[in-house]
Amino acid sequence: MSANSAFNDEKGGSSSVGEPEYGHDPASGGIFSSDYKRHDDLKEMLDSNKDSLKLEAMKRIVAMIARGKNTSDLFPAVVKNVACKNIEVKKLVYVYLVRYAEEQQDLALLSISTFQRGLKDPNQLIRASALRVLSSIRVTIIVPIMMLAIKEAASDMSPYVRKTAAHAIPKLYSLDPEQKDQLIEVIEKLLADKTTLVAGSVVMAFEEVCPERIDLIHKNYRKLCNLLIDVEEWGQVVIINMLTRYARTQFLNPNMNESLLEEGSDKTFYGSDEDEEEEEEEEEEKDKKAEAPAMAKRKPYVMDPDHRLLLRNTKPLLQSRNAAVVMAVAQLYFHLAPKAEVGVIAKALVRLLRSHSEVQYVVLQNVATMSIKRRGMFEPYLKSFYIRSTDPTQIKVLKLEVLTNLANETNISTILREFQTYIKSMDKDFVAATIQAIGRCATNIGEVRDTCLNGLVQLLSNRDELVVAESVVVIKKLLQMQPEKHSDIIKHMAKLTDNIQVPMARASILWLIGEYCEHVPKIAPDVLRKMAKSFTNEEDIVKLQIINLAAKLYLTNSKQTKLLTQYVLNLAKYDQNYDIRDRARFIRQLIVPTEKSGALSKYAKKLFLALKPAPVLESPFKDRDHFQLGSLSHLLNAKAGGYQELPDWPEAAPDPSVRNVEVPEWTKCSSREKRKEKKVEKPFYSDSEGESGPTESADSESDSASSSESGSGIEESGSGSESEESEEGSESEEEEEEEKEKDKKKKKKELKKPVQESESEQSSEEERKHERKSKQRKSESESESDEEEESESESSQSESEDSESEAEVKKKKKAAESKPSSKPVKKDNKKEKKEMSLLDLDDFEPAPSPQATPVNAFLSNSLATDLEGLSLSDAVLSPATISPSSALKSYEMLHRITGEGLSVEYCFSRQPFSPDANMVAVQMQFTNNATSDTKNLHMEDVKLQSGMRVKEFPEIELLPAGEMVTAVMGIDFCDSTQAANFQLCTHTRKFFVSIQPPVGELMRPIFLTENEFKKEQGQLMGMNEITEKLTLDVKCRNEHSIVQRVTTAANLSRVPCGSDKECRFAGRTVTSSSLVLVTVATKEEGAAKLTINCEKMVIGTMLVKDILLALTQ
Amino acid sequence: MIHSLFLINHSGDIFLEKHWKSVISRSVCDYFFEAKEKAVDPENVPPVLQTPHHYLITIYRDKLFFLSVIQTEVPPLFVIEFLHRVADTIQDYFGDCSESVIKDNVVTVYELLEEMLDNGFPLATESNVLKEMIRPPTILRSVVNTLTGGSNVGDTLPTGQLSNIPWRRAGVKYTNNEAYFDVIEEIDAILDKSGTTVFAEIQGVIEACVRLSGMPDLTLSFMNPRLFDDVSFHPCVRFKRWESERILSFIPPDGNFTLMNYHVSSQNLVAIPVYVKQSISFFEMGPCGRLDITIGPKQTMGKTVEALMVTIHMPKAVLSANLTPTQGNYTYDLATKVLVWDIGKLNPQKLPNLRGSLSLQAGAPKPEDNPSLNIDLKIQQLAISGTPCMVALTVERIFS
Repeated sequence: MSANSAFNDEKGGSSSVGEPEYGHDPASGGIFSSDYKRHDDLKEMLDSNKDSLKLEAMKRIVAMIARGKNTSDLFPAVVKNVACKNIEVKKLVYVYLVRYAEEQQDLALLSISTFQRGLKDPNQLIRASALRVLSSIRVTIIVPIMMLAIKEAASDMSPYVRKTAAHAIPKLYSLDPEQKDQLIEVIEKLLADKTTLVAGSVVMAFEEVCPERIDLIHKNYRKLCNLLIDVEEWGQVVIINMLTRYARTQFLNPNMNESLLEEGSDKTFYGSDEDEEEEEEEEEEKDKKAEAPAMAKRKPYVMDPDHRLLLRNTKPLLQSRNAAVVMAVAQLYFHLAPKAEVGVIAKALVRLLRSHSEVQYVVLQNVATMSIKRRGMFEPYLKSFYIRSTDPTQIKVLKLEVLTNLANETNISTILREFQTYIKSMDKDFVAATIQAIGRCATNIGEVRDTCLNGLVQLLSNRDELVVAESVVVIKKLLQMQPEKHSDIIKHMAKLTDNIQVPMARASILWLIGEYCEHVPKIAPDVLRKMAKSFTNEEDIVKLQIINLAAKLYLTNSKQTKLLTQYVLNLAKYDQNYDIRDRARFIRQLIVPTEKSGALSKYAKKLFLALKPAPVLESPFKDRDHFQLGSLSHLLNAKAGGYQELPDWPEAAPDPSVRNVEVPEWTKCSSREKRKEKKVEKPFYSDSEGESGPTESADSESDSASSSESGSGIEESGSGSESEESEEGSESEEEEEEEKEKDKKKKKKELKKPVQESESEQSSEEERKHERKSKQRKSESESESDEEEESESESSQSESEDSESEAEVKKKKKAAESKPSSKPVKKDNKKEKKEMSLLDLDDFEPAPSPQATPVNAFLSNSLATDLEGLSLSDAVLSPATISPSSALKSYEMLHRITGEGLSVEYCFSRQPFSPDANMVAVQMQFTNNATSDTKNLHMEDVKLQSGMRVKEFPEIELLPAGEMVTAVMGIDFCDSTQAANFQLCTHTRKFFVSIQPPVGELMRPIFLTENEFKKEQGQLMGMNEITEKLTLDVKCRNEHSIVQRVTTAANLSRVPCGSDKECRFAGRTVTSSSLVLVTVATKEEGAAKLTINCEKMVIGTMLVKDILLALTQ
Repeated sequence: MIHSLFLINHSGDIFLEKHWKSVISRSVCDYFFEAKEKAVDPENVPPVLQTPHHYLITIYRDKLFFLSVIQTEVPPLFVIEFLHRVADTIQDYFGDCSESVIKDNVVTVYELLEEMLDNGFPLATESNVLKEMIRPPTILRSVVNTLTGGSNVGDTLPTGQLSNIPWRRAGVKYTNNEAYFDVIEEIDAILDKSGTTVFAEIQGVIEACVRLSGMPDLTLSFMNPRLFDDVSFHPCVRFKRWESERILSFIPPDGNFTLMNYHVSSQNLVAIPVYVKQSISFFEMGPCGRLDITIGPKQTMGKTVEALMVTIHMPKAVLSANLTPTQGNYTYDLATKVLVWDIGKLNPQKLPNLRGSLSLQAGAPKPEDNPSLNIDLKIQQLAISGTPCMVALTVERIFS
């Protein structure tokens, strides 16, 4: 039975459209019994053990659902199979469940546990589908379960599951809007996701749940812009629409200056003088020519680099095959781009006109709106809007609309010729629309008014009444503009009243005759006579015009028409329509002089025969652009539910720094290692190809932020992420190099200052060393990066704004990457510098030198250790001399972007801070990257933990543009790693900044002999001793590198030691002078033991971590 | 987003419904039927309708209406484009998108719809991904399935959906690796009475059929890419590469797909391959008219013109036509007043001609103007735009 009957059933279903399908079931007899029986046998099949039977049953049930039959009575039998092993049965059960769960809430709950189990499945696809079905079951009781599942899935490792979570958010929201706050949290989290898979879905969720929370977008704005091209098509549409709204709130109007002009010309447009329209045309053209110089004179508008980023990244999507994407980009450009750039969208929109007729319909509506504002944009494509005889009428009418909007003096003759062909069309609605279009062209373009009018008058003799009627209406409007010239046309039209039956046309003729009765004094009373005769049979609109005509004639020619008027008014008095009765009463009082009549009747003539302004024939699409183009609301010209108003441009730009993304954590020293760790782990969870976890995407993100070219490359090549990474590295090096070259130049400037002369020379020498090294490494991927550089420089030449943003992006990346990549280089130098410091006499000066790079030392490593050995008894020597002051790591305090050109870096100079020995010296380097000077740099509003103290740096009065200045401040951190927060003030702005010391900087080196060390160590046992076993990094298995790494991590000095298997270091904390003793004992094969003895256990533990990291990586 | 979908046939029966959110009664379609009545011609039904609580967005394809119900603001093109994608998918699966085919495969169609949208938002629309989840029916498989009770739901889980290239499924293997590209060009021209070109443009499309193993990365370059006035691509094409080098670089989907559409601007003179001599006249006296049409080759570059067909929408007054063609045959549909003359191959030696008389409705006024002629034709192996032929195709990394 099973297989065959189902087969029959499906076939049967196809042949019988509307009939009940039971007839084809072999088991069926009468309708009622069959219904019952049929479901009965389905139940039996579902209860059987065979999967094939179950499958057949489910197929039949789903087919019934598809046809809209009710199968809800099978619910219990179906839900039992939710845990069925057969995947197709399972899928069909899901389909059934989602359809009927709402109706059978209690029974649906039985299935929940299956999905909950599915949520924990190791296979990401099963997790995703479980979440998908669970969230689709519209049962209110499970809201908390859904909430939990969504939250969990939002932090799932698989981006696909996260995408499903994003999809589930609007489902839950529609089920229970009270969950909004919690859902917003999830959305916020998912918005930060960096995979393309999630981006579209989460923005969709954002739009449905909390479109008003525009603030959630700030931090993700740039990322979304950069990811956009790789998001799937549907997501692109949603993201672009959302970003359009976002950009309207955050950026300034790029046409600010032009819009003033536009308004000016608009005024002339409405003016009564007909020729002004042309002037406006010319004016506009002149404007275009004069734009460039004029713009310069006006207040300069500088486009926000983020605004530019959006425009640049959406442009390639105009080439998408998906009409919705193209339209989305087009509306974005229309609403956001500077006037000069909007043109690019025209070609793409015209392309869409070759698509399906529904697409054409929507696109033409939007083109019609656009063509009113930006006529020039579509002019080159005029012929693409020509009408084909095969177009459906609705498309034809829209094309006419566009053609009319595009008409101007230069092309009007071609358009009119085209219109002439249209008038002959057999599609009468279309002909009527064409006549109106001609009328509009005639009103807008003075030169062709007479030609049009003549053409229309000819149409009056057309056999088709509709055509004639439409022509009359249009002629009436045209005549109003210059009636004196055309009394013969009016006469001609008066004759038409005998034939034309279309009410609107009759009304128009009557109005014309009444209005210009002075031009046709003989005919007018006669027309009224005829009309009075047929008054009772006329339509309301005609009756009103007859009354009007009568009144006007009474005022101008009362002799002939007095009786007629009385007659008409009497007829009107008893009309069924109250409008007509009212009008009659009103007019009678006004025009017929009685003893009671007031002052008004004196003015009756003025009232009725006042000069009336000519009508402006407007496009129905005028001003539709206040709706976001491409939206449903725009199409309907009415606000659709859930439509988000497109906000007006802000007067002043909101703070652009909100979009600045924090410099990724891993640039900081300590967390850099963490990142490395993550990388090692990576293969662990990214074994499946597509699963690009957050770590990986973090890399690709920064990359795509740097240059969208390579960004798109990554996503598409799929496998190339590693090569990409290396490329990325090389790129950053290169830029770093560039930066250094800049620095060099700056430093060369500084050379003029005598004090720093020697130092800066030294440093520039160092730069060269760096350069050489980085060059070597670069060479591998040079070709690629060269290419990139070229293209970048190209684009920067082309547009200044462009380059600005590019530079900014570069900078961001640099901030993110220069440190990790340059670090090894620095380390190499460190050795040398440490030795240099031995001879660095400057260090004895109380005031720390601004540039801590020491001078002239070419001692070999071995010599250095020898010297160290020599100094063992020399306790008089200042501890500072040993400190590896040149290996200072600088930290960023204020980024150039946040600081609006001012960037501040700080480092711990490891010099004693002379004003207060308990303070740690912090050396700050201020660089002014802005174009204007910065004045009065000082600090304010210091917020500290109790016990901490700060000695402020002296105010810097002037920091000229492009210059760099250093200053030193002291902070007593009280032996804690709490940050010191304060405000950095310039003459214009304040920045909140903070300084947080690594634990290694909270100490100063001291000298101990081996014996002293052992003695002290002996006293700091037990709780004060921390021991860790470790495996040394391959590169740091010798003594020197160990020493070097430890002294970099912490400000300690080496203690001489007899055994070469042990390195010892000693120091005291700055504030409390507690001893810190470090021992590194090396063993075979890189194994080592790290022991730290410290009175302060907290410091000890933190120090262990830092030194461990320094030694193991 | 999209709330529900109804499939409606030409005569107004709803034969499939699918709801992605809660169920909406089919009575919502009544508004559509009303509009359909009013529009007379199915092409003139407005694609977007407003009802008190819902908005209806409809497409008309292959004599079927795909009617979607939405409740809130959504870009109309988004829905229209999606509905067309649904129709494309059905066509791709079953070779045809007609009522009978859909009814025969109602379960598969239903499952497809289920996968394509999640809560009304598109989830998987790439046919490669869908085919991995729901296998398209073949004759062999349906026989096997009937016998063994097997299924056409893929038992492997789709991986394409997870990757950054959703259009290609993983692990494709072919013994013969092959790739075919078809260049199809269409001239779209409007001629006036005297035969002068009013407007002409060339549209081209490159259809590809790629059967390559692994993850091939293809590049395709053109002889003269400058000719392209405007292009649109399948999402697999790298935009940046095109913008900078005018080279198509892509990882192709498996199987058939449209690689790109292009447009050659009308500034370049388009040679129309045939000429038409026509005279259609109606006489004031006596209810009749005369028709005489001859078609001849103009610039065919030595190729044969095939599938030549002339369609004329006659004025309403024309009752019947009594014509004799020298080649092919003609039909005149009384209801729609459409005269179709199917000529077939154009023989340059003996030009096809259609002549005869038309009879008009008695008493009806003489039609004012002559009807317009639509001429369709095909020429094999000729790219009208001339140069945009592919010259180089490189394949990298077939086996990955």
